[in-house]
Amino acid sequence: MAIKKEDYLGIENYKVVGTRPIRHDGTDKVTGRAVYGPDFHLTGSLYGKTLRSPHGHARIKSIDTSKAEALPGVKAVVLGKDLVQNYEDKVSDLGESSVDLRFLIANVLAGDKVLYDGHAIAAIAATSAHIAEEALNLIEVEYETLEPVLEVRRAMEDDAPLLHDDLKMRSLGEETDQASNIANHFQHKQGDIEKGFEEADIVIEREFATGTVHQGYIEPHNVTAHWTENGKLTIWCSTQGPFEVRGQVADVLGLEVGDVRVIPQEIGGGFGGKFRVYEEPTAALLAQKTGKPVKMVMSRTEVLKATGPTPASYIKVKMGATRDGMLTAAQAYMAYEAGAYPGSAVGAGAGCIFSPYSIPNSLIDGYDVVVNKPQSSAYRAPGATNAAFASETVIDEICEQIGIDPLEFRLKNASKEGTRRADGPVFLRIGQEEVVKAALAHPHYSAPLEGPNRGRGVAAGFWFNGGGTSTVVASVNPDGTVALVEGSADIGGTRTSVAMQFAEVLNLPIEDIKPNVTDTDTIGQTDGTGGSRVTFATGWASYEAAQDVKRQMIERAATLWEISKDDIVFEDGSFRSKSDASKSMTFKELAGRVNRAGGPVVGRAAISGKQAGPAFALLIVDVEVDPDTGKVDILRATIVQDAGKAIYPGYVEGQMQGGVVQGIGWALSEEFVYNDQGVMVNASFLDYRMPTTLDMPMIETVIVEVPNPGHPYGVRGVGEVPIVPPPAAVANAIYRAVGIRLNELPMSPSRVLQALWKADGSHGQAAD
Amino acid sequence: MNAFDYEAPQSVDEAISLLSAGNGNIGILAGGTDLIAQLKEGRKIDLMLDLKQIPEATALSFDEDSGLSIGAATSCSKIYSYDVVKNHYPALVDCTSLIGSIQIQNRGSVGGNFCNASPAADTPPAVIVLGGTCRIAGPNGTREVAAEDFFSGPGQSVLQSGEFLISIQVPTPAANSGAFFLRFIPRNEMDIAVANAAASVVLDSEKTTIQEARVAIGAVAPTPLLVADAGAALAGKAVDDEDAIEAACAASRAAARPISDMRGTIEQRIHLSGVLTRRAIQGAIQRAKES
Ligand SMILES: Cc1cc2nc3c(=O)[nH]c(=O)nc-3n(C[C@H](O)[C@H](O)[C@H](O)COP(=O)(O)OP(=O)(O)OC[C@H]3O[C@@H](n4cnc5c(N)ncnc54)[C@H](O)[C@@H]3O)c2cc1C
Repeated sequence: MAIKKEDYLGIENYKVVGTRPIRHDGTDKVTGRAVYGPDFHLTGSLYGKTLRSPHGHARIKSIDTSKAEALPGVKAVVLGKDLVQNYEDKVSDLGESSVDLRFLIANVLAGDKVLYDGHAIAAIAATSAHIAEEALNLIEVEYETLEPVLEVRRAMEDDAPLLHDDLKMRSLGEETDQASNIANHFQHKQGDIEKGFEEADIVIEREFATGTVHQGYIEPHNVTAHWTENGKLTIWCSTQGPFEVRGQVADVLGLEVGDVRVIPQEIGGGFGGKFRVYEEPTAALLAQKTGKPVKMVMSRTEVLKATGPTPASYIKVKMGATRDGMLTAAQAYMAYEAGAYPGSAVGAGAGCIFSPYSIPNSLIDGYDVVVNKPQSSAYRAPGATNAAFASETVIDEICEQIGIDPLEFRLKNASKEGTRRADGPVFLRIGQEEVVKAALAHPHYSAPLEGPNRGRGVAAGFWFNGGGTSTVVASVNPDGTVALVEGSADIGGTRTSVAMQFAEVLNLPIEDIKPNVTDTDTIGQTDGTGGSRVTFATGWASYEAAQDVKRQMIERAATLWEISKDDIVFEDGSFRSKSDASKSMTFKELAGRVNRAGGPVVGRAAISGKQAGPAFALLIVDVEVDPDTGKVDILRATIVQDAGKAIYPGYVEGQMQGGVVQGIGWALSEEFVYNDQGVMVNASFLDYRMPTTLDMPMIETVIVEVPNPGHPYGVRGVGEVPIVPPPAAVANAIYRAVGIRLNELPMSPSRVLQALWKADGSHGQAAD
Repeated sequence: MNAFDYEAPQSVDEAISLLSAGNGNIGILAGGTDLIAQLKEGRKIDLMLDLKQIPEATALSFDEDSGLSIGAATSCSKIYSYDVVKNHYPALVDCTSLIGSIQIQNRGSVGGNFCNASPAADTPPAVIVLGGTCRIAGPNGTREVAAEDFFSGPGQSVLQSGEFLISIQVPTPAANSGAFFLRFIPRNEMDIAVANAAASVVLDSEKTTIQEARVAIGAVAPTPLLVADAGAALAGKAVDDEDAIEAACAASRAAARPISDMRGTIEQRIHLSGVLTRRAIQGAIQRAKES
């Protein structure tokens, strides 16, 4: 098939959009000048530390803090009972998800039950972190340990211990009376599933399990809390969502949002895990009790044990296709571990599992199940990676059995404009076909792969992307520079990609835009940095704010020249009179005069509810398996993804590569390991194994640009979808290398060895 | 972390007297890459005794007759950058250059690696197959212990209270000899061995027959192990004698007494003892041929 670049690349006639300028915050981040939360320090601060449950599941019989309080240097102790108890039943917004307030409160500081190893019980503020730590050892807690529930299928069994006495299962949209660890069972139905399987020539059904994995951001959670004399709370912290933190802190402490100001610091990674509050309310309580600022910084172990990982899952997938390679039916049973409280990403997973394909008949059952692990949180395309591991390996098996090229199959069955997803919505213009075509055309796909134990696999991935609310304010300075104020925490370089969309409208050099991420009191509501939304939505607001600036500048020029504003055009960076060629001013010239011609120019825009553009990605990966040790090496990886329009191609490539790296970690080495008491035994980066640079080849990227209809530049979100294909693509590559299909993540050396031994009937002794 | 005192003695004698003076819990400091991490995790000490001002402890020297002398606190990177080590002790380069990262190698020492006595430590197997010995200083003078006899259990060595390790002595390699170390980890760096192994061989002058061999394995028992049966299986056999190599691998598997933990299972570790033994022997033979 002859595929031309024009088939998958968008237009390139922009001045700023599509270039790669030096990012505004780049130098300070590289040299260490940028201020992150743990760098922030107020004079007189106390240090807070949290006492955490050593048990996976236990009832707290008593807590005695008297010895800790008596230790010199200890200034305050707080417990779960110090949090509001008379809250209304309400749902607190977490940006990419939401949670019942009672659960949020119990997660911040436990009530009478601890539900996972690391569950916070009490916190201490002291004059030094060492004293606070020492004091933790003096708190006496009496527990009645309970049997922990550590796996989703076990949790769903009738005789499994219940985590919550008051949790009743919701089933198919109805409340039931049934006490259960299953918080919710939902279903998506399309067409006639029975008929679909009857029409199939080949039907494959397989079971899969994925491990609990963590986002693994390098910067730990941190907070400094400080009260003013008149009872207003300020919080400095590392978060993806300052407004979500404001809302949660207000909810947990029983305050109004107007009482709380959240000032986000630079953020050292989040990936979905920095929306939920953990120690923010605790630090606020300690600060209130002591009248001093209180700073808390988690250790790595605390981050791993007690902040949101992404759910482990059990998934069963059954798919049918005709001999000529058309999918006829797809069915999935998806059970995800929510962690200690309801709210796993199973809903999102169900929306993604079959979405790269147009499938007439489908049925999906999803279960959200509580287990004795930390409350799960969003992690880069939450729920979708687990799902794709299942569906994309089944598709690979179908392709193998009917003898069709796996990319040709994906092209034949690709979702397109008008396709209805299994969970209901109908696609507008999307780029899945273009992504598959670009993958087919890439030299990697046709490159020879020689040598024993090597194989090449592919897999596709889908993510919805988010829209949401964003506010941008732009003040024009007399020297022609622009102070651009936004509320989106900058994780992936969005200051610059948002500023570029502004600069494009006004034909300004990017260095003249000064983007500022500010706090909840100095910018309008802006949803958190999640759902791959910032370049799309805050970028859109920035575009609108630039239009507002342009309108006002034209008005000021009209005042100065005493002509009608309808006579003025803005072209090539200058304001000109259409009727009088002598009247022309550059943006800079006009900027120097506006203050005396109607006043300063302040542009603004607040947008909400815009239609996000879904994203598709496809990974081609080559592996080599060491049959003696079971170790899998990644030889080459190429990720192809539809960005809509790459505002800053370098950031898009960085997101694509980062997503693939995390996905490969998930595929090969990352997982939480619990002992049978429910204690996490690998809560360090030594034993929670994320890939290192030596584990990765250079990851090649292909940006496809099928513009998102609606967005001024056609932007789709890019940050999440690249994590979706890797586990399945690696599994498919391993199969082609050594003939074994793995259905459990991570595909660690010991699992690969076991599977190899099983396949050749040996127990390893003979293999060497 | 609790508060503690810090002393940096200038001589072996001064160190011995500080160790014997009843200073409570003493943490001997070499590079600190184990010790400081342990202090952060709750290990309590009253005195930190830094060895790095004692000349013998950071020395690194070679002499045809007595061989290589590695001060106990000499950093891994100093060791693998030393020409003599590069040219004559490649197995020491294998192990010292894969500990942690470059930052860790700039601080961490072989002495610290020995005294920390992790069953998975990466330097003992190579030192054992090279016939190394540990020089220990104590109130009653110095004594020497063969490297394979230094360890007594996880985190435990034969060091008595009041004693410390001054240096590790490694004899000059015989003519036509070669040694090799490798480990298995799931990642390519920054990891703890699931299993590791080292082998050394001395070939005849034709380089076709193995005259003498030593094999050591780690992370598969409470201490690093010298597998005497593996060496015996190879002695006198041709370098390409597959049965002999397989017998040596079987000896390693038989010697392994691993546990299952999150880093590996019993079955996997026993299997890996064989796989790594084979690869270590092949590597050692290759080096001997090239010597
Ligand atoms: C990130 C990281 C990665 C690592 N990777 C590896 C790895 O790949 N392989 C590996 O084997 N290890 C690894 N380690 C562990 C550690 O780096 C090594 O064990 C190192 O060799 C220890 O040397 P040190 O000089 O830092 O010892 P120290 O920490 O100074 O001492 C270690 C212990 O021995 C005692 N001690 C030290 N010297 C003496 C002496 N002369 N006499 C008596 N007692 C003494 C100390 O009191 C302490 O208990 C890693 C550690 C880290 C932090």
